Amino acid sequence: METQLVLEKWPGSISVVTIGAKTAEGGSRSQTVQIGGQTALPLMFKEGVMPNRPKIAFEIWDIAPVDFEQELMTAYGRAINDPFTWAQVCVDEFKADLICLKMQGTHPDFGDRSPQEAAKFVSKFLNQIKVPLIITGSGDNAKDNLVLPACSEAAKGERCLIGSAVQDNYKTLVASVLADGHSIIAESPIDINIAKQLNILISDMGLSLERIVIDPTIGALGYGLEYAYSIMERARLAALSGDKTLACPFICFVGQEAWRVKEAKADGRQGIAWETLTATSLIQSGADILVMRHPKAAENVLWYTDGLFRGQ
Amino acid sequence: MALSGLDIYKLLPKTNCRQCGLATCLAFAMQLAKKALPIEKCPFVSAEAKDILEAQALPPIKPVILGTNEFRFELGNETVMFRHEEKFRNPTGVGFIIDDSLTDDEIILRLEKINQLKFERVGQLLAVNLVALKQNADGARFLQAAAILLKHTALPLMLISNDPAVLKQAAYLLKDRKPLLYSANRQNLKSLGELAKELDLPLVVSGQNIDQVSQLTQELNACGVKDLILDTGIKPLADKIWDLTQIRRQALKKLNRSLGYPVLAIVDQADPYQEAMEAAAYISKYAGIVLIKGLEAWEALSILTLRQNIYTDPQKPLQIDPKLYAIGTVNPSSPVLVTTNFSLSYYTVLGEVESSKVPAYILSVDTQGMSVLTAWAAEKFNAEAITKALTVSGVKETVGHKNLVIPGYVAMISGDLEDQSGFKIVVGPKEAAGLPAFLKNLH
Repeated sequence: METQLVLEKWPGSISVVTIGAKTAEGGSRSQTVQIGGQTALPLMFKEGVMPNRPKIAFEIWDIAPVDFEQELMTAYGRAINDPFTWAQVCVDEFKADLICLKMQGTHPDFGDRSPQEAAKFVSKFLNQIKVPLIITGSGDNAKDNLVLPACSEAAKGERCLIGSAVQDNYKTLVASVLADGHSIIAESPIDINIAKQLNILISDMGLSLERIVIDPTIGALGYGLEYAYSIMERARLAALSGDKTLACPFICFVGQEAWRVKEAKADGRQGIAWETLTATSLIQSGADILVMRHPKAAENVLWYTDGLFRGQ
Repeated sequence: MALSGLDIYKLLPKTNCRQCGLATCLAFAMQLAKKALPIEKCPFVSAEAKDILEAQALPPIKPVILGTNEFRFELGNETVMFRHEEKFRNPTGVGFIIDDSLTDDEIILRLEKINQLKFERVGQLLAVNLVALKQNADGARFLQAAAILLKHTALPLMLISNDPAVLKQAAYLLKDRKPLLYSANRQNLKSLGELAKELDLPLVVSGQNIDQVSQLTQELNACGVKDLILDTGIKPLADKIWDLTQIRRQALKKLNRSLGYPVLAIVDQADPYQEAMEAAAYISKYAGIVLIKGLEAWEALSILTLRQNIYTDPQKPLQIDPKLYAIGTVNPSSPVLVTTNFSLSYYTVLGEVESSKVPAYILSVDTQGMSVLTAWAAEKFNAEAITKALTVSGVKETVGHKNLVIPGYVAMISGDLEDQSGFKIVVGPKEAAGLPAFLKNLH
């Protein structure tokens, strides 16, 4: 007797966010990247469409990295000392879909570059590196409020993804992103209610929900991974059930979390495995963009998504 | 799907005889649905109705125990699709396939490595669970290799062979260890079913798809073979995840007994990263057992850590005893660091204090398993709570100074805490990783 399958049909879907604009669209990117658009739970290919596979964004800094593990420094070699060469290697050798540019050099403790310098840097970067761009601040709220608007303006029309907006500091960034035609990263501290609330606040300012990507805040494997994993599953269930305020794609900052932990620092291969499994596990709970550091870990994750999406 | 009170009512005599102590059969049915009364209270219930109700009370995914000694483990007995709904109960058994075509020495070397794959993380012991021997050579070699397993590992065992006669001999050889047999299929169903029954062994049921497996389990069940584990074969990752998800849904949402068993997933990847990714995918998505080949410690640790994460009870974060811990050869002038009793916080601090080689005390405050910032926000890691912990834990009697190091993230409580506790507060680093440098410069 044939087993009658239990099939789930969902009324909702995840919104599609496009990153990057080509010349015809007013930008200068060589390609655009789309994420989201799912109409079923992660990897349930038989129950809906998954038009866009998860994408890997390589994390690049605007300065030579200060606290990277030796394993990471070795993986990139001398290229890592110059952001432009570093990014070019990621594009040419490691086939990066996206670059995530972290403006670490604007942080008061890491060089304190001015917003004008940051804007100049972004312009030059866009000139030299042609893949779609994610731009993030240095994590210093006060400084980011000055730096990110300048970067946003310098990248006007390039349809970047810029972050991060947080619950008590989102207005400045939303206004810039809105004016310059970008999308925004909305960061919430492993809390589905705050994620929802922040999305509502941002869309109330006129930036549509279709231009928001959620950063649920993740922990690395062994360091709270399961909290983000479950928050993402819950948010997806709500979104597919019809809650539009949670129906945004997810971005997960995998590299920075994975390489902070003891197990990753202890052994090169273990570090790569740590970053790899952190990423693949979050893909299972719905990650759309994985911001990664180690090229071998990125290669692993690419193998994983290629296998999953083969024939889809 | 559980039966409702009305469903149960239809199975009762409907005579309202009151022998059960309730006024009507309907009232009794409602109590049965709530599992508040046993069906035995009704003297007139039919045997058929009783069977249905008793079957109803069984867990939707049958618990199966593998092994006999202190390494035995239970799988199955899961109740939810998503861990946030309740929790995942029985962590996926991680096992290793060993080919009998290896030499004796190679097999022994592998077993020794497997026996040593144990790690302590966040106060829990992470260990592997199973060794599976696979027949590649002739039957005599399989039996020789089985004898090596018997002698060189105490872990639960599994036997993989396509030859029922060889499998039977090996099963008899290992029978006291209750090996898991792999596997019953359409061709050998009868002989393997009998063998499993004879020796009371758990049995894997293999088919290419859910329908085939479901058909086989029904036939085996009819013959009285009860401890089954399902296998839908090696297939592409997305298809395998679909099978695992569908089987779990069949068991939980439709109470489909023919698929209400734990599921086995075999990973067939030579590259250790790829093997780890696939094993991790099956652990997250419902596998009862995952079999791999790679023996590297880093690979095993990453897989077992993922299992630890996924199988942590979301309602009950891992906690430690809230008290004062002495790290290294402490003396009354050693520094005191305060943190929460969330295992992850404590063990992260512990690791850094140990690596700093500076003897110190760690005071773990009872925050009910919340991390530093969460506990601070919930007022379980504020001046009052820490002051109380300082008193209860006996810090004042243990050390000869009144200095306390607090996590950098709660620097804002310094003033209050200093007033209430009478201790001089030193604000430590935000991240535990900063502790070694901090401790070395403390004096």
